[in-house]
Amino acid sequence: MLGLEKKDFRLMLIVVVLTLLAPFILNPFPEGSELAQFNAGYPDLMQRFVIFGILAIGFNILFGLTGYLSFGHAAFLGVGSYAAVWMFKLLSMNIVPAILLSVVIAGLFSLVIGFVSLRRSGIYFSILTLAFAQMSYALAYSVLTPLTGGETGLQPKASDVRLFDGALEAGENATPSLFGLAMRDTYEMSVGSWVFTFNFGYYVAAVMMILAFYISIRIFRSPFGMMLRAIKSNQTRMSYTGLNSKPYTLAAFVISGMYAGLAGGLLVAMDPQAGAERMFWTASGEIVLMTILGGAGTLIGPVLGAGFIKYFENIVSKINKATLEQWFYWMPDGIEDVMIAIVYPFVGKGWHLTLGLLFMLVVIFLPGGLVQGGQKIAAIFRRKKSSDAKDGATTPAE
Amino acid sequence: MSKSNFSRRGVLKTGAIAGAGLALPQYLRADAHAGFTNAPGDSEVVLGFNVPQTGPYADEGLDELRAYELAVEHLNGGGDGGMMSTFSSKALDGTGILGREVKYVTGDTQTKSDAARASARSMIEKDGAIMITGGSSSGVAVAVQALCQEAGVIFMAGLTHSNDTTGKDKRANGFRHFFNSYMSGAALAPVLAANYGTDRKAYHLTADYNWGYTTEEAVRSSTEALGWETVNAVKTPLTQTDFSSYIAPVLNSGADVLVLNHYGGNMVNSLTNAVQFGLREAQANGKNFEIIVPLYSRLMAKGAGANVKGIFGSTNWHWSLQDEGSKAFVQSFGTKYGFPPSQAAHTTYVQTLLYADAVTRAGSFNPCAVVEALEDFEFDGLGNGKTLYRGADHQCFKDVLVVKGKENPENEFDLLEIVEVTPVEQVTYDPDHPQFQGGELGTCNPGA
Repeated sequence: MLGLEKKDFRLMLIVVVLTLLAPFILNPFPEGSELAQFNAGYPDLMQRFVIFGILAIGFNILFGLTGYLSFGHAAFLGVGSYAAVWMFKLLSMNIVPAILLSVVIAGLFSLVIGFVSLRRSGIYFSILTLAFAQMSYALAYSVLTPLTGGETGLQPKASDVRLFDGALEAGENATPSLFGLAMRDTYEMSVGSWVFTFNFGYYVAAVMMILAFYISIRIFRSPFGMMLRAIKSNQTRMSYTGLNSKPYTLAAFVISGMYAGLAGGLLVAMDPQAGAERMFWTASGEIVLMTILGGAGTLIGPVLGAGFIKYFENIVSKINKATLEQWFYWMPDGIEDVMIAIVYPFVGKGWHLTLGLLFMLVVIFLPGGLVQGGQKIAAIFRRKKSSDAKDGATTPAE
Repeated sequence: MSKSNFSRRGVLKTGAIAGAGLALPQYLRADAHAGFTNAPGDSEVVLGFNVPQTGPYADEGLDELRAYELAVEHLNGGGDGGMMSTFSSKALDGTGILGREVKYVTGDTQTKSDAARASARSMIEKDGAIMITGGSSSGVAVAVQALCQEAGVIFMAGLTHSNDTTGKDKRANGFRHFFNSYMSGAALAPVLAANYGTDRKAYHLTADYNWGYTTEEAVRSSTEALGWETVNAVKTPLTQTDFSSYIAPVLNSGADVLVLNHYGGNMVNSLTNAVQFGLREAQANGKNFEIIVPLYSRLMAKGAGANVKGIFGSTNWHWSLQDEGSKAFVQSFGTKYGFPPSQAAHTTYVQTLLYADAVTRAGSFNPCAVVEALEDFEFDGLGNGKTLYRGADHQCFKDVLVVKGKENPENEFDLLEIVEVTPVEQVTYDPDHPQFQGGELGTCNPGA
């Protein structure tokens, strides 16, 4: 179906259903209950899930297939974001030109960086990309302040040019939209004590992610993808057979840079602001973590990893002492204090600690990432069918 | 490799799914409730405290959080009421805001605009926060202020000193109580002239980002107006930790004053380097060499230790102030946490009270009503003397403290002494002042 094998099509279908029904799936707890803290079904986080999913899918095309570990992918995200904000400022608050240009600019930028960096492989390649990304960050933060807004970042303003849009009415804000439908438009559906939020921006991003996912499957299954895998398994042998591998790696690098640009453009479309710290090396590191956590080289893994990290960043970091007191109020006083003392270091400002511990657990016990965890669980349920688990779609990279 | 097998059924099926996917958002795009974003219910109201809990300004952020918790306690009628008793407006009565109990949610800005906006959006979209406040850097303040303007909630800025927050990036829904670079320059210049004379040659080291630029500009223009000459201004990378290579050329540059436009860890390191190079003992042009730090905070003074002794700078508020408001605040903060509050804690506490008071006076949580109540609002008793929230740019105008590193500190909190309280007239500027041009306040946005 759609040029996909049966197994891939099923995976694709699962992804489509999960993303379209995300507002229900992510809000399992009724409003007002103590567990509502863990609901993730609000527009900002849902958008982040799919956008960082796109980013990780793109990164995986490079890292998962060719094995080239780019440590500077955040630079393309940042460049895409800046390009999109400039389109908002100059042309129109319609997201179409913004997203198109962010993909194109990120593609060109990655072509230049890839051309230089891909002269080396292994750790030298990683260091080169890292150096370029840090350079972009430093430039955006200070020297290029007129272009990037420096520390305060770049945002659309009421007084911008916007060639294609009419003037704003008094009191109206410049809001990103798709042919008149604003990204922030939201419909809330109440069912009993549950509240489900449907956001237009989320569905735009979700459709983009589904497309990105589809293209990624096609690349994984194409002769081009096979060539990339060959580069990963033994590049020296490839060149001894007389084949120049550089065009292939460069193409993979540019495709993956364009994915990052798309993610950057979408981030800006959902929340019109671009800042330099989006390009900082920790942001690049986060992309690597997402991919490894979910399962490098697998189709669905990077998306899971992205969701996992964003969930912790946004949900666990918001639990504070007062919340804990609410949870444990029913315990006797002494035990309540002890429980709070035990849990407190792991939530709120300690969310990094929790994430780090979970990352360690995953790497030690599930070297193939969350996907491997899923496979293990699936294997328990259907032992007898374990023989066909050697499917390419879900085999971890390393 | 790829085999195409489009069957009629397959195409219909996927077409239907894709169509449903595309149609769904339009179908569900119903207009939200009228009024304004996150209108609170009858029993409680949620405020969002968005502060850096990790990263370079975590110290300030955690102190802000303490102040917020104290403010919420006081608003709900707990504790000793703090500055509520000294506040010139008596609208607040300790029964929450407009009879609703004050609840709060917290978030971690990580001192990154992206993270700060994500956290603020989750407070608005998920927790129903009606007001967002906090932040410990101008980049974050500007980013979150713009977000609040778009979303239609009020933003009460925390510690942000750059001119831009109420200059070129000002927004109708955002308010700043903290002072700014211009005020620092205007307050410092006369004190510097009185202590160091009017024929000095200054050398600037400036942190290479937005706040550094506006501070350098402010100090330069104020000191040059008094007859000083600026020999050189060098930008230093924000991530720099060793400033030796920047300090070494200063001595031979012909300058006799070094201005460090640095904040936080940058200032601690550059000042320490400068002292190690012997600049404090040096002579230039027949005068003693001097060092100036335009923006001081107690937490920075603590980091730099004995090096701050005798060095001039400016600050928004200091716990050793003896007016009734400051005494009441230091008293209740000290009782609860065991040490005196920082200026970051003070400004955030005051912002929370000011918001609550504005809502009460307006009789509504509607952001536009709050904006109207805060604009051109004059008050007293919150630790800075008579203060005006100017309507033209939503900046507070109040006295500015010029401080100096104390020669003989008595304890670890007693590091700064107040040299002069520069009266508000001297730091007031026109809303169209060149250092604040290029922005537009716009009109208040009540959201949905």
